[in-house]
Amino acid sequence: MSAAEGATEEAGAEPALRLRGAALGYGDRTLWNGLDLDVRPGEFLAVLGPNGTGKTSLLRAALGLTRLSAGTVEVNAPVGYVPQQKTLQAGVPVRARDLVRFGVDGHRWGIGRPGRGRELRRRVDAALAEVGAAEYADIPVGMLSGGEQQRVRIAQALASDPGLLLCDEPLLSLDLRRQQEVTALVDARRRRRGTAVVFVTHEINPVLGVVDRVLYLAGGRFRVGPPDEVLTSPVLSELYGARIEVVRAGGRVIVAGAEAAAAEDAHHLDDTVEVAH
Amino acid sequence: MWHEIFNYADYGQLLALVRNSLVVGAALGLVGGLVGVFVMMRDLAFAVHGVSELSFAGGAAALLIGVGVAQGALVGSLVAALIIGLLGVRARERNSFIGVLMPFGLGLGVLFLALYSGRAANKFGLLTGQVVAVDNPQTAWLLGMAAVVLAALAILWRPLMFASVDPEAAEARGVPVKLLSPVFTLVLGLAVAMSVQVVGALLVLSLLVTPAAAAIRVTASPVRITLLSVVFALVSMVGGTLLAIGSSVPISPYVTTVSFLIYAVCRVVGWRRTRRGWARRPSAVPAQA
Repeated sequence: MSAAEGATEEAGAEPALRLRGAALGYGDRTLWNGLDLDVRPGEFLAVLGPNGTGKTSLLRAALGLTRLSAGTVEVNAPVGYVPQQKTLQAGVPVRARDLVRFGVDGHRWGIGRPGRGRELRRRVDAALAEVGAAEYADIPVGMLSGGEQQRVRIAQALASDPGLLLCDEPLLSLDLRRQQEVTALVDARRRRRGTAVVFVTHEINPVLGVVDRVLYLAGGRFRVGPPDEVLTSPVLSELYGARIEVVRAGGRVIVAGAEAAAAEDAHHLDDTVEVAH
Repeated sequence: MWHEIFNYADYGQLLALVRNSLVVGAALGLVGGLVGVFVMMRDLAFAVHGVSELSFAGGAAALLIGVGVAQGALVGSLVAALIIGLLGVRARERNSFIGVLMPFGLGLGVLFLALYSGRAANKFGLLTGQVVAVDNPQTAWLLGMAAVVLAALAILWRPLMFASVDPEAAEARGVPVKLLSPVFTLVLGLAVAMSVQVVGALLVLSLLVTPAAAAIRVTASPVRITLLSVVFALVSMVGGTLLAIGSSVPISPYVTTVSFLIYAVCRVVGWRRTRRGWARRPSAVPAQA
């Protein structure tokens, strides 16, 4: 099957991320292939699907850290990356503002020109303020809660002034309210600055109200399109190769059967899917 | 016994004699304080110990075959550092490997020393340090190594710190995280080889770990950690040397004691700071007692 029908294109702006005939596999196992995808400036794309279907690998391919097994990936904007959350230990000797500063100049060689301190501080403060983390700027990151650390990570990614923001499971281990807050931050940024967003998540419901399109990966297949077109019983049943029921209730999407289907399909993987509670 | 430990008669004359030691001690304090910051950030304290045992073995081998001890210590140190740097990405794997490597190095060193028939002070010095033994060529050699370490750190500083604290984000930003691991352990190897010749293999940790560990207890600002770590290492090293010169005891117990006392004070200060709410938000209501 082809997913190209879902990849709507608008004339004008160059896509921030473009994949053509992209395939990824390890050994004889293909995670996905024939993926054509354009993510336009200001677009919010959610990447959904069970574990082990190559969602993180898609981000790593865009970052140039993983090679595609076929096809091309093209990135036309500075990239900001929010890595999958790993709680920073209490002993990590940096403050929130230092972590954000790494996003500005951490990749440059040398110790930094002494005269740039003020300009640097202004950028770091602006990024912290944008995510509402100014208050704990000077607290060691290991002493922050999971939600606070996640905001700081987003500030770090935004501090490099990205045109493409790649987020890997930024909602993981956050409670519902924090999930909504983090989603709202990312949504506000892309609306204000035209940042393209690729948002990998298990949880569709917190982002359902803001996404333009979803890329759903399952069973070695995928589908791209607006949530209303992709998150349907026939489409997901086809992807999983099993009977999946998609129920909409109170503005939420509940996918039933995906967990079992994913477990059966990918019995050698260590985890299963949970798209919604 | 007391004035074997503390004896300050003819202090002025002694001071002139140990000028080289003080210069080397200051260089070593600077290097130890700076390298220690990354040792703490990368959780490499155990690696420091492992590398120093191999450095000891190298120095002992050089003593036995009659070539420069400094060069022997350097070779041993760099070999160990390179192996650890290339092998140990994951801490668990790295630590078990170091645990295997360390006694092997120590055993080799003991063997070489047992076979060596020269001055006993030379033997002891490699393990526990020496104070006046720094002659002019050795001083030049040690200062040269210090210059290499400082130059390397000046170049690597920002990406090394990024990669040490936040490797995933650093990698995504284009920092060569995997390459920096062996590169840093080589820098560490140089610092260890220097330290082994002055404070001895068994006490290297007091220079490369304790000052930075103390600094981290009292602040989380990388700039302040770095400054404090250097000051603590300098005070331990130079202060230890000044205390040691009147005595017949090796320099190392003075250095280790000063550096331990600094650490103890910093722990108390850090504990009080945490209790008073290091992590408190300005707008939050004061924590209840």
